[in-house]
Amino acid sequence: MSDTWLITNLRAIRGRAYPRVIGSKREPSWLFFDITLPLLTVSAYAYIYKYMDAPPEFVGFVILGGAMTAFWLNILWAMASQLYWEKEIGNLQLYLIAPISRMSILAGMAVGGLFMTAIRAAATMIIGILLFGIALSFAQPGMIILVFMVTMVSLYGMGMMFASLYLLLGREAYHLSNLLTEPVYLASGLYFPVRALGFWAAAGASIIPMTLGLDALRQLFYPSSGSEYGFLPVNTELAILAVLCVVFLWLSKYSLAYMEKLGKTTGRLTLRWQ
Amino acid sequence: MQSAVEVKGLTRVFEPKKKKEGKSVTALNKVDLRIESGELFGLLGPNGAGKTTLLKILSTLLLPTAGKAFVAGFDVEKDFTEVRKRINMVSGGEISGYGLLTVKENLWMFTQFYGMKSSVAKQRIDELLTQFGLADKKDEKVRTLSTGQRQKMNVIRGFVTDPEIIFLDEPTLGLDVNASRVIRDFIVDWVQAKENRTVLLTTHYMMEADQLCDRIAIIDDGRILACDTPENLKKLVKMNRTLKLDVTSLKDTSKFGSIAGVEQFTFQDDAEKNQTYLKFILTHDSAVTDIISEVQRKGARILSLQKTEPTLEDVFIKMVGKGFE
Repeated sequence: MSDTWLITNLRAIRGRAYPRVIGSKREPSWLFFDITLPLLTVSAYAYIYKYMDAPPEFVGFVILGGAMTAFWLNILWAMASQLYWEKEIGNLQLYLIAPISRMSILAGMAVGGLFMTAIRAAATMIIGILLFGIALSFAQPGMIILVFMVTMVSLYGMGMMFASLYLLLGREAYHLSNLLTEPVYLASGLYFPVRALGFWAAAGASIIPMTLGLDALRQLFYPSSGSEYGFLPVNTELAILAVLCVVFLWLSKYSLAYMEKLGKTTGRLTLRWQ
Repeated sequence: MQSAVEVKGLTRVFEPKKKKEGKSVTALNKVDLRIESGELFGLLGPNGAGKTTLLKILSTLLLPTAGKAFVAGFDVEKDFTEVRKRINMVSGGEISGYGLLTVKENLWMFTQFYGMKSSVAKQRIDELLTQFGLADKKDEKVRTLSTGQRQKMNVIRGFVTDPEIIFLDEPTLGLDVNASRVIRDFIVDWVQAKENRTVLLTTHYMMEADQLCDRIAIIDDGRILACDTPENLKKLVKMNRTLKLDVTSLKDTSKFGSIAGVEQFTFQDDAEKNQTYLKFILTHDSAVTDIISEVQRKGARILSLQKTEPTLEDVFIKMVGKGFE
């Protein structure tokens, strides 16, 4: 791997991340749609827990889950289905003829998406905390950052893998994204501790990095009671997430290379009528 | 000298998605082609002739079913990374980029996929925007551009990375006269400005191919039917040149028929307008000078002159058996 190759690909990542980063500035309407609307859902769950006199940390769990929702939606609608839309508008073939790794394009999309979504998630969390008077513990800031970062890398690795697989599906990708929205909210325990699903269901749901990442963050933000509701010990969850990072990144590289070869053979990647 | 493009027995067959859904389509059928470095080469053919398929193979987006293709000496199947470093591509009517970015940001983004240093990229973008008359639009969002402005931006995108070989797939498709002219002039200037820059242009505008290209290949139904300079292609058509002259009234026309190079001569007097209409069918261009001299010798004045020659369209109709729909 030469320096030139590395610099070219780093510049490609920066180039592809740019529209997403600048997009959050150019389209201020997201402030309403992406922060206010998720807050309504979060508020509904928070009031249910309050009304039921559930332990106060449950409202905090919901706020954290609401923040993570933004990342999952970003994965589905702005990562997984993105290459398909790039193909439709004619960008994909321009990416493919460029002398760069295809992973750089996906990484650029991921970095840009992560940046934009992190702002939205942070806004949801801050408003939620202020609105419901949540008290979170920051006793282990290093661990919180590490778990969050590893969760994001594995989550966006999964999104990168989906991106190439969605190219196979064409217009049906839209339906798959719809299909993966609500069930994943349930399976990954966005609004309740995933442990409530039972061990095997929670273990199955752990294939989605958000499940273990959220569970670990809840335990870290609520160290006194978090372990009571936690699924697995934080270190175990972190280790599994690290494995998922490697697996998803490798799978995304493999599936993208496979899709490109298939596309070059059949013509389906660049010819819209095919 | 290294050929810019070399294609040997290139065949591309598209299979239907499902066997039941229809027959396979042979988009390219044993195509042989060689384009030298520094050429502005045209690929002329109707829709569905195989032009775009050939460009997609050369730009590493498609694999051939059979045969070989080399770009800048590199095999498009095996050495695609080396090919990609040396090429770029622009298609007519493309809507690439992102509407919320400005023109300059959009172009900058594409330069980053070629590893260009930002400062160099921005300087080159500014130069090209000025050349294309788009400097005042550089901070406008792409979605606000007209079709012509957008296509100029697309053309800049292709050239800003300074490729060795550029593939232009109908770059002036659907554009008005002014926008087309700006793009055509730029293409000619670009290829002449530096040695070994090569353009492969597909078009179905005959005039564009005739005006721009050093050589032209006529392609139809996946086969190259002819490949030569526009002048030599026109010679393939054995069509007589005609010369029409409107002159002030001419009393004596007896000598026109015997001028060397005149195959046939007819005339018509218009007493009301005090004019004479002369029509010649020529076997040789040299007759034109003698005809004009004879008109002047008789004391008449030329009011209008019209000469017709075989066009690429005539060549195309002869080769393909039909015109463009």
